[in-house]
This record gives sequence, C-alpha cells and structure tokens, in this order.
Amino acid sequence: MSERTALQELGKGVWAENPLLVMVLGMCPSLAVTTTLANGLGMGAAVIFVLTCSNVVISMLRRVIPSAVRIPAFIVVIASFVTMVDLVMEGFLPDLHRSLGVFIPLIVVNCIILARAEAFASKNSVWKSALDGIGMGVGFTLAITVLGGIRELLGNGTLLGMPVLGRGFQAHAALVMILPPGGFLTLGLLMAAMQARKGR
Amino acid sequence: MSETTSTGEDRRLFVGPSPHLRDRDSIPSVMRWVVLALLPAVAVSLWFFGLEAARVHVIAVAGCLAVEWACLRWLRTPGSIRDGSALVTGLLLAMNLPPTTPWWMILVGSVVAIFLAKHVFGGLGSNLFNPALTARVFLLVAWPAQMTTWLRPGVRGLVDAATLDTMTGATPLGLLKEGRLSEIAASSMDLFVGQVGGSLGEVSAAALLLGGLVLLARRVITWEIPATFLGTVVAVTGAVWVFGGPQHGTPWFHLVSGGLMLGAFFMATDMVTSPMTFRGRLIFGVGCGLLTAVIRLWGGYPEGVSFAILLMNAVTPLIDRMVPTPFGRGVPKAKEAA
Repeated sequence: MSERTALQELGKGVWAENPLLVMVLGMCPSLAVTTTLANGLGMGAAVIFVLTCSNVVISMLRRVIPSAVRIPAFIVVIASFVTMVDLVMEGFLPDLHRSLGVFIPLIVVNCIILARAEAFASKNSVWKSALDGIGMGVGFTLAITVLGGIRELLGNGTLLGMPVLGRGFQAHAALVMILPPGGFLTLGLLMAAMQARKGR
Repeated sequence: MSETTSTGEDRRLFVGPSPHLRDRDSIPSVMRWVVLALLPAVAVSLWFFGLEAARVHVIAVAGCLAVEWACLRWLRTPGSIRDGSALVTGLLLAMNLPPTTPWWMILVGSVVAIFLAKHVFGGLGSNLFNPALTARVFLLVAWPAQMTTWLRPGVRGLVDAATLDTMTGATPLGLLKEGRLSEIAASSMDLFVGQVGGSLGEVSAAALLLGGLVLLARRVITWEIPATFLGTVVAVTGAVWVFGGPQHGTPWFHLVSGGLMLGAFFMATDMVTSPMTFRGRLIFGVGCGLLTAVIRLWGGYPEGVSFAILLMNAVTPLIDRMVPTPFGRGVPKAKEAA
C-alpha cells in the first residue's frame, strides 16, 4: 500500500473507510442510542475524544507493549479515557449522561476503538495515529448524527428537541423509527445509499 | 406465431437453451387468479364497511402501483407494472388494514411494501419477506392506535375522526387477549361469514376460504402450507382448550377469527417467500401455525399471523438449504476406505 498523505489519513475515516457505514463497526451503540440527534452528537463526541487519545497513547507505547498481552494493554488505556469521559459527562451533562446510560462505559469495548488500536495505532507513528483517530471519530460521529437525526425527525417530528415538522406531523409521528426496527431500517438504507454513491 | 424466430431461423428447426417444456402459467396469469380469488373477500369487506373499505382498497392499490412504477423507473429493478404483482400487493395490503386507516398511512404502507420490502431486495422474486405483511407490521409498530381502531361492521358511510370513537369495538381476538371472552357478541356463524370488527381481510373466513379453494383448484398454490398452517393452529389451540380451559377459546374460534384464513391461503403461500420443496413447505406451515398459536395464546399482541409468517419467511432460505439434503451431502464415504 502506498503511503498516504496526512490529509488522506484524516479523511479516510469520514468517507472511504467510514467505521460505521463501510466497515460496519460499533453497531451496538449506533443502533441503541441514536433515537435522537443529541444522543448521536454526544456519543460521537465521546468516541472522538477516546479514540484520538487512545490512538496517541497506544502509538507512543507501541514499542513497549509486548505483543502477547497487547489487547489487555489496549483495553487498560482505552478504559482510562472512557472513565474520564464518563465522569466529566456525569458532572457537566447529567441529562445526556442519563440518556446514553450504559453505552458510555461500553465505549471501552467499542470495536472501532479496539480495531484502530490494533490495526493502526500499534503500527504507525503518533502523528498519523492522532490523525487517524480524529478522522475515524468524525466519520463515526457524522454517521450516527445523521442516523439519530433521521430517526428523531421521523419518529418524533423534532430535531434536538425542537419541533420541526409541525404539530400535525408530531401528533402522528412514526413510533417505529424510535424503536429498534427503525434503527436497523435507517442504517441499512444509509449504507445502501453510500454504496450506490461510491459505486458511481 | 410466425414460422421464423426474431433472428430469422426456421422455428421448426430452432432449439433454444432449456427449459424446453414450458407451462402456460406466467406471472400475470398467476396474479390474475390471485386477484380473482380475493374478490369474494373484497366484496364482503365492501358489504360490511362500505365506503371506508372502498377508500382503503382504492388508495392501497393506487399507491402500490404508483410506487412500483417509480421504483421500476428509477431503481431499474427487474419487473413490469403490467405483471400484476403490485396490484396483488396493494389488494393484500388493503386486506391487512383496518377500514378507518388514514390515507397517509396507507401511502406509507405502499412505500414500505413495494420499495422497502421488494425493490430494495432486488425486485419481484428477490424479496425475503412478504411485502404486504412487512407493510402491515411496520404500520402496526409505527401507529399502534390507528392500526387497532376497529370499525363496527355495518357502518357503511364515510366516518370522520370526530365521530369515530362511537362506532368502534374490539375484535374477538382482542377480547380474548383481555380475558373478556364472554363479551364476544358475534356467534360462530358471524365469525365465519365475517360480521365482526377487524381488518378488511380478516373478517370473512368464508369468502377467504372460497378464494383459497379456487387457488388450490387452479394449482396456483399447493395444499401443504394452508393445510399444515391451519391444522397446527387447530391442534395447538385445541390441546390448550381441552387441557387449559375454555378461557383460551375454542379451536373453531381460532380458526375463523383474525387473519388466519387470509394468512394461510394468500400470504404464507407467496411463491417467492415460501420454501420450494414439499417437505420444506410442511415445515414452513407447521412453523407458521405454532408461532401463530403461541402469540395468540401467550404473546403480547392479540393476533400473531403476520408475525408468524414474517418469522418463517426469514428462515425460508435455511429450510431450502436443509430440505432435502443437498445432492452429494450425507453420502457414505466409500472412496476414502478404498
């Protein structure tokens, strides 16, 4: 594989290797918490922070960590940052923390973060790993924000809690979009749209 | 028919690739028979629910045809609007809706049925789930209140939202679920003929049975799925009725109420979404029957036919892989010994 430029390292996570829509990683939080746009944004922000920090630290330690115990070592690093996010969010954004619930601690085992640590940060320089972490995090955030936005709009008639589609729609909002089937349907259609666009 | 083919060869001498023996059945002819077989049930729904029923039928059929046309045009999936499959989906969708379904819900249902359940998967013949049932379940989960508002039979005019509440009642299966079996006013004859509340196509067991027998006689469908489906429901509900007490409803009651007849004859037998082999269809029918009985007797919803059929649709590819044993599998390994 040819060397990528810094910009390509940053950009690949957003489109060509989007963690959610192309690599289909991190499905559990993506489907479970994206009932609203705000949840998607909050979850995305937490993942950007954890992913970037853990990528940087793991990349720094990549010559120190024995490969036999690398996964536990990665998890320890990731868990430290997740604990920070968890406590900060509980302290300053209690409402968001409540609605994301168990999915904040579960970022520890989010496969996007572990996959980037294993497949990228443990093999690349700190600078590249940081760019990769930011890019992947932003790509994930964009995907789940769109997912959360569509589901909130159709399932509740609101965006960020504000009524958008009018009272008539809100009275008859499609409950199914907030429920799990709506998450799967929206995600599937987003993936299909992305594939159609890429195939062109 | 001319004596030469389109490429100019003498037709009498021309041998194309197989199949060489063709049946005269085609997609349009099969769909025509399904529509004809549905007509008695459509007529009964018009008789009991009048203009509201007509409104639902017209919007559902028009909606499905319009979405089909748009999908064929823009997605370029195989199929033709003239093959009648969208017409059948539209009719079946209408049969699965309550008579007072708002027009916009029917249109959403048409989009779900034709676009989401059919064309997204690759068009007619490629769909994993029965389109009309997918739409019904989508609407049921999306708008539970509207999908469980049952007009009383015999209200034949258009009903406006303000007076709707005074003209509704519970379905027999709904009463059963709430443990109010004794309040079911309809006699078993009413249930059979269709003078009860319910979706357009679940009221009249008699009309659906007539249509189903036409399809069986025409060999559009085969007997395995309806027979095992109905038989399993009767067997399970019968056993529970005998050993668990009369509050579970008689097997006859379960046979003629709800969407069982519609499901068994018109939905579960969908050629695309049911197994291809004889034994596969037996398994499919028994599975549908078991799931329906379990949902009706112990599940959260009063009616389970649509969920049962969709769940069995999902395992149809598995059934087709398992039954019969694929050629070459399970053969004793004689060569290795030698």
